[in-house]
Amino acid sequence: MTAATNSTPKIRATNLHKRFGRKVVLDGLDLDVAVGESVVVIGGSGTGKSVLLKSILGLMEPEEGSIEIDGQPVIGLSTGDREKINRKFGMLFQGGALFDSLKVWENIAFGLIQGGHTDRAKARDIAYAKLADVGLTPDVGELWPAELSGGMQKRVGLARAIATTPEIIFFDEPTTGLDPIMADVINDLIVKCTRELGATTLSITHDMASARKIADRIAMLYNGKIIWQGPTSQIDSSGNEFVDQFIHGRAEGPIRMEVRAP
Amino acid sequence: MNIFQPIGKAFLGFLGAAGRLTLFAVISVSHCVRPPIYPRLIGRQMIEIGYYSLPVVGLTTLFSGMVLALQSYTGFARFSAESAVPNVVVLSMTRELGPVLAGLMVAGRIGAAMAAEIGTMRVTEQIDALTTLSTNPHKYLVAPRLIAGLTMLPLLVLVGDIIGVFGGYLISVYKLGFNPAIYIKNTWQYMESLDVVSGLVKAAVFGFIVALMGCYHGYHSRGGAQGVGAATTNAVVSASILILISNYLITEMFFAK
Ligand SMILES: Nc1ncnc2c1ncn2[C@@H]1O[C@H](COP(=O)(O)OP(=O)(O)OP(=O)(O)O)[C@@H](O)[C@H]1O
Ligand SMILES: [Mg+2]
Repeated sequence: MTAATNSTPKIRATNLHKRFGRKVVLDGLDLDVAVGESVVVIGGSGTGKSVLLKSILGLMEPEEGSIEIDGQPVIGLSTGDREKINRKFGMLFQGGALFDSLKVWENIAFGLIQGGHTDRAKARDIAYAKLADVGLTPDVGELWPAELSGGMQKRVGLARAIATTPEIIFFDEPTTGLDPIMADVINDLIVKCTRELGATTLSITHDMASARKIADRIAMLYNGKIIWQGPTSQIDSSGNEFVDQFIHGRAEGPIRMEVRAP
Repeated sequence: MNIFQPIGKAFLGFLGAAGRLTLFAVISVSHCVRPPIYPRLIGRQMIEIGYYSLPVVGLTTLFSGMVLALQSYTGFARFSAESAVPNVVVLSMTRELGPVLAGLMVAGRIGAAMAAEIGTMRVTEQIDALTTLSTNPHKYLVAPRLIAGLTMLPLLVLVGDIIGVFGGYLISVYKLGFNPAIYIKNTWQYMESLDVVSGLVKAAVFGFIVALMGCYHGYHSRGGAQGVGAATTNAVVSASILILISNYLITEMFFAK
């Protein structure tokens, strides 16, 4: 379901540069995500995938380059304008990031109550509906996040990310730390939820099974740049030795893991 | 071997930190007065700071009042000024000991808790999650705590003053043989409203300092459990020091002739 190429992309990152001290993390990264498209960014640990997402979300500011959402530049916006842009976003954090001072249903309803100004009773009904969408029983809604298993926390995080029916959803490693069955359940949920909402999604993962399942298009991040991108069906015939090494998980190849022998 | 280099570096670091703290305070205070405000969160913090600190502050001031009566009685006996005990107790309590002791106790109890809670939210990305859910963390986390600190500490100190004076009364009447009616009369007679008011102003400032340091250090903590621990320590230490410094400045403002 790749959208028309000549329309304005939903997300456009151009020439992003981000460094921490001497360490260059993003080094001229370009990435477009079309309306309704699901793009997955793959890449080794520490290559800057989370930094890319945080830059788009406005949690970090790149030194150079531009990011546009629906054609509107978003770097350096005032707090108020940033809040308006963020209303279009839903985000599933790598570690869940559920608010542990709030009950599960209040977590899911948070964006509705605080951001959207829905009244509590209505937000609560929506929260319970989303809880059911991610396959959790209603009694979970009254629990505290600390009482949930890792997989359940991921699902609640997913419910929170989709509760405000956002136009753009970000998933930061939705399946890491889960058993293969639960990972597949989460993948199915992501596909189902995003197809139903018609949302544009940008996901990060190093789990190839997950990438194949949820992506329309896959992009590989290496050395601060996107070194290859293409439809999911072409990932096995990319002709790119970096991609081949990554998807087959080989230690030998052009990618040198920064592991120093003692 | 240039000794000015590390000194200059430390000085610049200090200026930078002071600037960041000021900016943090200004942003947070501006969110205290701009809608939307969160009554539910403010209420929760008020209960946490005001109600749950009562036992600690009550005990501290009770025993301080008792010690004060005992010490001044034995001290003043040297120049037969024992009758000044009620005045000394009420003056020291309302002007100094009430606000300072309550401030320091609350710094240990509340400042630490705030830094730990907000610090944990920082390192587990909950603060990032707040931002992406279009909620300003200054407004949602910091402002309610500042408002609660500013308003609840004076109330706590008022209660603490009364308990402290009562502690002095207990010792004076049951141990030192003062006449109860005369003790109370003397307490009232020499107390001026400025004594109490200056103490309450101090309390409000201290409450603000405690909440601000707790939030600031929590908000800027990094690097997991160790970072949160460091933030907690820094919050308590810096709040205590700032309380003692500002205590001097406010006293100077009210009473210097
Ligand atoms: N706040 C920060 N301060 C300093 N360095 C940082 C910060 N955030 C990230 N980095 C550095 O940027 C690099 C990329 O980090 P990032 O979290 O984006 O990796 P990632 O690709 O998401 O890895 P993983 O798959 O393990 O999550 C890392 O080398 C990290 O050390
Ligand atoms: Mg990451």
